[in-house]
Amino acid sequence: MLVFIIRRLMQSIAVLFVMSLLVFCGVYAIGNPIDNLIPPDASAADRARTIAEFGLDKPLWEQYASFLHNALAGNLGDSFAYSTPALKLIMERFPATMELAVCAILIATVLGIPLGMWSAMKQKSAGSKIVLATSILGFSLPTFWVGLMLIMLFAVKLGWLPSSGRGEVQTLFGVPLSFLSWDGLRHLILPALNLALFNIALVIRLTRAGTQEALLQDYVKFARAKGLPNRRIIGVHVLKNILIPIITVLALQFGSIIAFAIVTESVFAWPGMGKLIIDSIRVLDRPVIVAYLLVIVMLFTLINLVVDVAYSLLDPRVRLSEIKG
Amino acid sequence: MEKPVLEVKNLTTHFTSRAGIGKAVNGVSFSLKAGEIMGLVGESGSGKSMTGFSIMGLIDAPGKIVDGSVRLNGRELVGIGEEQMRSIRGNKIAMIFQDPMMTLNPVLRIDTQMVETVLAHQNVSTAMALQIACNALRRVGIPSAGERLSCYPHQFSGGMRQRVAIAIAMLNNPELIICDEPTTALDVTIQSQILSEMQKLCKESGTALIWITHDLSVVAGLADSVSVMYAGRIVESGTVREVIESPRHPYTHGLLGCAPSRNVRGRPMQQIPGMTPQLLQLPSGCAFRDRCARASELCRVAPHLVHAGQGHEYRCFHPMENTREAA
Amino acid sequence: MKISMQFFRGESPFARLARGYCSSGFAVAGLILFVALATLALLGPVLAPQNPYDLAHLDLMDSRLEPGRLAGDGAMHYWLGTDEQGRDMLSAILYGIRISMTVGLVSTAIALAIGLTLGLLAGYHGGKVETLIMRIADIQLSFPPILIALILLALSGQGYGKIIVALIAVQWAYYARTARSAALVERKKEYIEAATLLRIPSHRILFKHLLPNCMPPLIVISVLQIASAISLESTLSFLGMGLPVTEPSLGLLIANGFQYLLSGKYWISFFPGVALLLAIVSINLVADQLRDVLNPRLQNH
Repeated sequence: MLVFIIRRLMQSIAVLFVMSLLVFCGVYAIGNPIDNLIPPDASAADRARTIAEFGLDKPLWEQYASFLHNALAGNLGDSFAYSTPALKLIMERFPATMELAVCAILIATVLGIPLGMWSAMKQKSAGSKIVLATSILGFSLPTFWVGLMLIMLFAVKLGWLPSSGRGEVQTLFGVPLSFLSWDGLRHLILPALNLALFNIALVIRLTRAGTQEALLQDYVKFARAKGLPNRRIIGVHVLKNILIPIITVLALQFGSIIAFAIVTESVFAWPGMGKLIIDSIRVLDRPVIVAYLLVIVMLFTLINLVVDVAYSLLDPRVRLSEIKG
Repeated sequence: MEKPVLEVKNLTTHFTSRAGIGKAVNGVSFSLKAGEIMGLVGESGSGKSMTGFSIMGLIDAPGKIVDGSVRLNGRELVGIGEEQMRSIRGNKIAMIFQDPMMTLNPVLRIDTQMVETVLAHQNVSTAMALQIACNALRRVGIPSAGERLSCYPHQFSGGMRQRVAIAIAMLNNPELIICDEPTTALDVTIQSQILSEMQKLCKESGTALIWITHDLSVVAGLADSVSVMYAGRIVESGTVREVIESPRHPYTHGLLGCAPSRNVRGRPMQQIPGMTPQLLQLPSGCAFRDRCARASELCRVAPHLVHAGQGHEYRCFHPMENTREAA
Repeated sequence: MKISMQFFRGESPFARLARGYCSSGFAVAGLILFVALATLALLGPVLAPQNPYDLAHLDLMDSRLEPGRLAGDGAMHYWLGTDEQGRDMLSAILYGIRISMTVGLVSTAIALAIGLTLGLLAGYHGGKVETLIMRIADIQLSFPPILIALILLALSGQGYGKIIVALIAVQWAYYARTARSAALVERKKEYIEAATLLRIPSHRILFKHLLPNCMPPLIVISVLQIASAISLESTLSFLGMGLPVTEPSLGLLIANGFQYLLSGKYWISFFPGVALLLAIVSINLVADQLRDVLNPRLQNH
């Protein structure tokens, strides 16, 4: 098992290098690299200093090397707009976005899987058709519009929930989280729901298809022949078999959720990375853009690694063949 | 005369589709005593598996038991609610399927799958259930049963998996086990092991057994009685000795003749011409008449049951000679 | 031995497709809706009671009126209300649908052409060509589209053409991958071998023989992608990264109305949103049905 993890880890690190190279080439090679590190109105002395510090007069691969060196030390330049280290800025906002994203995934799982299973079991019922039709809507509706509608309905018309911002924040293990307080939860529900919508529809579809297929399998018939209660057949036998592909897809969707957080955070003025990156793109605050991209790349690679490991834990056939192989 | 454990009378199961009604099980009747092993023989499409499923109450739409009765120790099973049927399945009647790789859930451990069967029907603690499971594995001859319990199905060989399935079937000491072609997917050597295992277990525990197969030779070594099915009907039944030594129905005769061992070397193998009819397009009267060399106009009417003595029965207007009398 | 009855009836594949498609009420409704919207888009400037981008026609006194109100000079009804500049929402929406759908269709069409060609080349020739193209495609597909689009727009700046380029960049990899898988499957079939033996030049094999057989899955995907492109473009516009104010798509209209939501003037965002929704949902319904209809057909070939 350990060998497996180490092997995957090595692969991930290799991917990280390639990605950082791409980011570097993409952002630094387009246009004058100096513009990425210094505001246009900086003095000549500052320019010279930065050139020396980042080795911008050296050949490209040396630049990449020093870029990498600096990056590993956490130095990605200072934000033009805020004059604080770009990485620090991103990491300050990181917990807020993660909180939103994790919440969204949880909602998608908790709502999507039962609804999908139910819809597969009661195929002909009106309820099932409604669930399916709603899932098409879930795919089609652009995230930002749903967000607007949610605000319109819950904040403006009904006045139940706040329309923007993050609620009260408490620190847990040094990480500022907001779902621990009632106020925080109130602020969290709408944006999380907004972000989750597409994935709820996706999970419903996947679960439904998976359950339909599973119900036709021999092991379900055998379980019935053993006289097991339906509850157990569906809740244990079928569920464990369909969970694997669903979790895989959801985990891979996590990256997409983080990306779409950009939209949700803009709509709900949620102080996360997404809002920061939009503002930064608008004013061309390149250090922040680069820092964001690198953090995202690391996150995606990490997610892929975790998915691989989790997959092998969940599917005993994979785990054992890895140990043998 | 002991009271039979299982009494099936005129069991009829239909499958309705847009193309018509498929009479998968068409008036099947037989009975089993405690500890008796009956072979239910037929080709694919003969309705033998459907008979098994009908007894278990596992027929799903568009299929339905439309007529007949199934009595387990006098208790009627057809028409009782699903909840009552559930308490009987795996408990009083157990079933073993053909391919144990498909029937055991690949992502659950063996002990999970066994313990849940015990807990569904017996009011015992989990530890107790685990013990019962372990004993059952030992009984079917699985070495180091205790360790094997925490394994997954794919870690067993084909023969072992089927033994596990047998162990699961015996967990709650059922009165009847229905085996649906359990050895078809296995090697011949493993097959004979499983067969003798089952025979031994049944004699020990007094469990009745219905062994569904297409292979008459298996039945010959294993069963006490045999029923031959064709196109949803039982065309011949009786003790194994009677039916195999003196088959009366042309189909049974053909089946026996088809078995390779019966052939004298050098002579062309016997075959039954034609194919089993589609259940949706059964000929009227005797379903076998299109393939039978002995068929006549008489056969357009469904043959009635003829009793040939000593429990030997058949449905045919032109039965084969009684070779046992001649002997 | 099943011989398809349709073969004997001498039905053209298109007729078969049409019949299969119409088996679902939803799908037909979706198609009708889409055609209706497309027509509105085409005829937008003709149908609109007002040209919302001609400042001479706007009256600031009429700004932020609720739906159904009469104009100050009595010349027209503002059926869907007005925005903060006094623009008639109905007209703005008609122009907006036009722009949104055009961007969606154009970018999808070009991305399809590029992705299709690259994918077919990769699948047919294999080797280094295939590896190169597919590696690039894979890397791109591992990033969420919105991120790629945002970065591209950040680097290149905004504008009509640049948005279309960004949308194309986001979509092509998907087509390339699908076209390549289809090409891989078809490549092994005998009719390709026959064509090669007959010394038919590569590009003819690719486009006249391989292409038609790879089309069914691509048709489904490209229809879905039109909706996706429209959605992405409107999201980008909403974020202020999309089309410029001179050519406002539905997304920008919605963005404009955002600030008025809290004060109850919902119509400035709501109606463009509904129009956007109708466009996307109708396309998705069509694509869904196409997918169901085209798939079993593949097996009948």
